[in-house]
Amino acid sequence: MSASLLAADLPYWAQALLRVLGGVVAVLLPAGTIVYVFLFKMMSFMQSRLGPMEAGPYGSLQLFAEVGKWLQKEDITPERADRFIFKIAPLVVLASTFLLVAVVPFGPDAWFTDFEAGVFYMLAVSSVSVLGILIAGWASANKYSLLGGLRAAGQLIAYELPMVLAVIGVIIQAGTMNLQNIVFAQNAGSMFGWDGLGNPFILTQFVGFIIFMIAVQAELTQTPFDMPIAESELVSGYMTEYSGFRFLTFFIAEFATAGVFSLIASVLFLGGWGIPFAWFGWDTMDDVDGWMNVVGPLIMVTKMMLLSFVIMWVRFSYPRFREDQLQRFAWKVLVPVSLVNIMITAILKVAF
Amino acid sequence: MLGADLLVAQNIGFSIIAVMMIVGALRVVTVNNVVHAALWLVVVLSGAAAQYLLLSAEFVAITQVLVYVGAVMVLFLFGTMLTRARIGAENDLNNKNWKIAIPVSLLMLGVMSWVVIDGFADERLIENPGEMTQVPVLQISDDIFGPYLLPFWALSFVLLIAVIGAIVLARKD
Repeated sequence: MSASLLAADLPYWAQALLRVLGGVVAVLLPAGTIVYVFLFKMMSFMQSRLGPMEAGPYGSLQLFAEVGKWLQKEDITPERADRFIFKIAPLVVLASTFLLVAVVPFGPDAWFTDFEAGVFYMLAVSSVSVLGILIAGWASANKYSLLGGLRAAGQLIAYELPMVLAVIGVIIQAGTMNLQNIVFAQNAGSMFGWDGLGNPFILTQFVGFIIFMIAVQAELTQTPFDMPIAESELVSGYMTEYSGFRFLTFFIAEFATAGVFSLIASVLFLGGWGIPFAWFGWDTMDDVDGWMNVVGPLIMVTKMMLLSFVIMWVRFSYPRFREDQLQRFAWKVLVPVSLVNIMITAILKVAF
Repeated sequence: MLGADLLVAQNIGFSIIAVMMIVGALRVVTVNNVVHAALWLVVVLSGAAAQYLLLSAEFVAITQVLVYVGAVMVLFLFGTMLTRARIGAENDLNNKNWKIAIPVSLLMLGVMSWVVIDGFADERLIENPGEMTQVPVLQISDDIFGPYLLPFWALSFVLLIAVIGAIVLARKD
């Protein structure tokens, strides 16, 4: 992650190793934080209870206890399951998360890849997880699993579209698909000549932001969009037959993806790792001081926590949609609204 | 020096991916389970995306993943799982016309090789691959939406008609 911070002349293999390690940290750390802070503690407080308190001070080691518990459970494969596909399905889902984090910039030099078409890449690889969920549901040889997998696929396809359309507004405004340049456009921009806050796109693209967050909620299959794993109807959907380490993989992938999508949403709408460049008199990307490589990731983590708080808040507050309501909401509300949003953004972009 | 190393690495990468794609393509037609065949097709299509990446055509590679892996294959699997997708071997997957497919695919191979050789035989790859840069997305969009705007619109209308037709067919009332 901070390969260029240490020295520019690190050998290729060392840079690659650092990036891989950075990627693992950037996936696992948000997942752990979100699970402990939000899933264990915040959910408990919202339900007027304390949550885990025994393991470590204030239950802070509960996470390790949970992981230890899952690791020692028996790894069961159903007798009539398609063994190989059953086993690789969780890995496909997790791989999609790792691919996603590869484009997120954490600082002026702290990035994994500086992809020219970063936004496009992010939309493409996020759809790979659908494949994993579908084959997980099918290979389990269980009706509930298959139904859950099919529901998940239908839902993810339906909500991919509003997500793409919501992001297009940002792309039009920034004039680039490179996530690093989108950060720059927001922090170096100004609102009506006043540059004290830069120009975070959440202000101009608020509709897009709302649609994006709703679509993310649906992509993550969090309540109110959790029909694929609806426990009262489908046991646990596509995860029903999974146990031990493989269930843990699904679990980590779910919350890591929540973290990564929060990171991406903060890059697209909240200004990413940057602070308004006018504060320090930076004009171009090259002016940005090296210490932003250290402060940037911290800013990103703060924004990520904020957005995942919103995701979890919604998750704990709302009841579940019905399957037909879900599809109707996507096709009849989100898609038209985002199309209008694109049109207005394009007209304003040409006008100003 | 670096350029030559990159060229060797690129060739090795190309060969590995090409072998994977050929094996995958053969498995698509020989495997005796619909879902397995679809998944082998995913291997082939992602291999094509990887080949595009090796040629530093990122945009095409991403499009390949988005359209084929993310949408077409998911739809394929979705359809087969909704209708018929048993676990385990199925014996009635091959019908008796499969022999006709061999000359057809050989003919396709011949025609496409001929087109590629005829069209690009004089073209040479850049001597030093280290100098290869990503083509900016802006340039791609200018190239597509400048001279080809009208064909693009026509294509959109064809797709729109297909969508409307699908809705009309799906509605029972």
